[in-house]
Amino acid sequence: MEFNAIYIMWLREMKRFFRAKSRIIGNLSMPFIWLVIMGIGLSSSFSIPGVKFDYLAFIAPGVIGMTLLFSSIFSGISVIWEKQFGFLKEILVAPVSRTSIVLGKIFGSATISFINGVLIMIIAILIGSISIASLSVFSILLAIIFMILICLAFVSVGIAIASRLNNMEGFQMIMSFLVMPTFFLSGAFIPLQNAPLWMGTIAMFDPLLYGVDGLRGVFLGVSQFPIAIDLGVLAGFCVAMILLSSYLFRRMGE
Amino acid sequence: MNAIETKGLVKKFGDFAAVAGINLEIKEGELFGLLGPNGAGKTTTISMLSTILKPSSGSASVWGKDLLHDKDSVRKSIGIVFQDPSLDDELTGRENLDFHGRMYAMEPGLIHERIAEVLKLVELESKADALVKTYSGGMKRRLEIARGLMHKPKILFLDEPTIGLDPQTRRNLWEYIRNFNKKDGITIILTTHYMEEADFLCDRIAIIDHGKIIALDTPEKLKEVLGGDIITVESTDSNALKKLLEGQVFVKETKLFDEHLNVSVDNGGKALPKLIELAQKNKITVDSAVLKRPSLEDVFIHYTGRTIREEEASDKDKARMQVKVGGFRR
Repeated sequence: MEFNAIYIMWLREMKRFFRAKSRIIGNLSMPFIWLVIMGIGLSSSFSIPGVKFDYLAFIAPGVIGMTLLFSSIFSGISVIWEKQFGFLKEILVAPVSRTSIVLGKIFGSATISFINGVLIMIIAILIGSISIASLSVFSILLAIIFMILICLAFVSVGIAIASRLNNMEGFQMIMSFLVMPTFFLSGAFIPLQNAPLWMGTIAMFDPLLYGVDGLRGVFLGVSQFPIAIDLGVLAGFCVAMILLSSYLFRRMGE
Repeated sequence: MNAIETKGLVKKFGDFAAVAGINLEIKEGELFGLLGPNGAGKTTTISMLSTILKPSSGSASVWGKDLLHDKDSVRKSIGIVFQDPSLDDELTGRENLDFHGRMYAMEPGLIHERIAEVLKLVELESKADALVKTYSGGMKRRLEIARGLMHKPKILFLDEPTIGLDPQTRRNLWEYIRNFNKKDGITIILTTHYMEEADFLCDRIAIIDHGKIIALDTPEKLKEVLGGDIITVESTDSNALKKLLEGQVFVKETKLFDEHLNVSVDNGGKALPKLIELAQKNKITVDSAVLKRPSLEDVFIHYTGRTIREEEASDKDKARMQVKVGGFRR
């Protein structure tokens, strides 16, 4: 493994990210709108049976999860563009192992979506969606760990998909059958405890559920599963996806 | 030592053999051309030699290293400029070069030094710190060549290096390419479908069609095969003219095409009046007669019976254009 190569791949992602100011704003506008309009709009007419917090507080971890999911998967899938139209070839002819390349890409993209997630978390704190009282060094640290795991896992999912596709034609399918169900079934916006059994059962297979549930446990003190379980499932999924994406990436072009 | 040796190199995509068994020996220090129409298998060949595509069968060595089993050594000894742009245009020119240097595990001091050298070589010093998206097509191409040279490769692959560039820029690039080869002694393998480019630059040329090499020699020798000059005659009765000319002493060969007749002769200047006089005597109208020295284009026609020309843009090309026009970016 070449750390120098991993670092330069990561650095490139950072430079591109911080240069495109409009992209940062674009990335944040969607979750911001969800948080403000859905959160504030619905919190007056929605109450979740048996819990003491309102809908605005309920969706904050969901919106963070959503931000991480979308930006991670899309930046992973963007490898298709690099594959079809250019820069990836420059990377692939370099005397660097495919494993280092895929790790550099995963770390770079994951860092960017992590930054997006942190910005949304700050916005949520500022508008009172996450109460300052719930914050401690420990809870912030735990939230960061959850966020990093979500980023690494879904960037890897994106790269794994991109390794198998050669163009963007399958993109709509991926949106409809993978990204949207993952998002809705994660309990980001819907309290799944009160959902029908079948829905709750399917949702158990949604890895993002454990991320959102963990974040909810951290910020609200209420979660479907114990935080240790959330953390364990998410970490396991994350490792599996990193291995899968490295494997598929290595086999690309053969 | 041969810079490159291939034995029965094949690349199949499904049932279609893009490269159907290529045997090549390219010498150290040579400027070697792969000439052929679009879709002939030039890029596929280069992709295999540069470790991007895995050959379906056959073997090859690049700078003495086995292509299949020692990819890293092969990668270290080659530089490549792809047919499609492969720069990160949201980085500056210097950053693109720096990225390259670090990917090739060069020392930071050396990277700094080499960036200055290669930028000077392609005369891009003044634009080094501008974002690549502000570069013109020719500048991007030069930067890509500079990048290909960053790590001092032994062999430089240039895949259609001047495609889409204006004639002026093309001429300049030719000079650069020639200098790298003659002054710095870098072995260069370039693909092109421009006859004049291959003719002007290359020491030896392999004409490639349908994934196979159909002729390989120096441009001069390739042209000699045709023997002397060619008179292209358009006539109302090409068949009769062909028959008439075949018996003549000054005619070496005649070849009939849809709209014209090609007549090979030793001395075109003397043969042309004779030919017209002969035609008139036999009441065959000659609409036009053009005399020319054989070009590589004629060599290609001689071997394939077709002219090299830009075929209709493939689907991928169309998609590429749409992306460029639409400006889709993540």
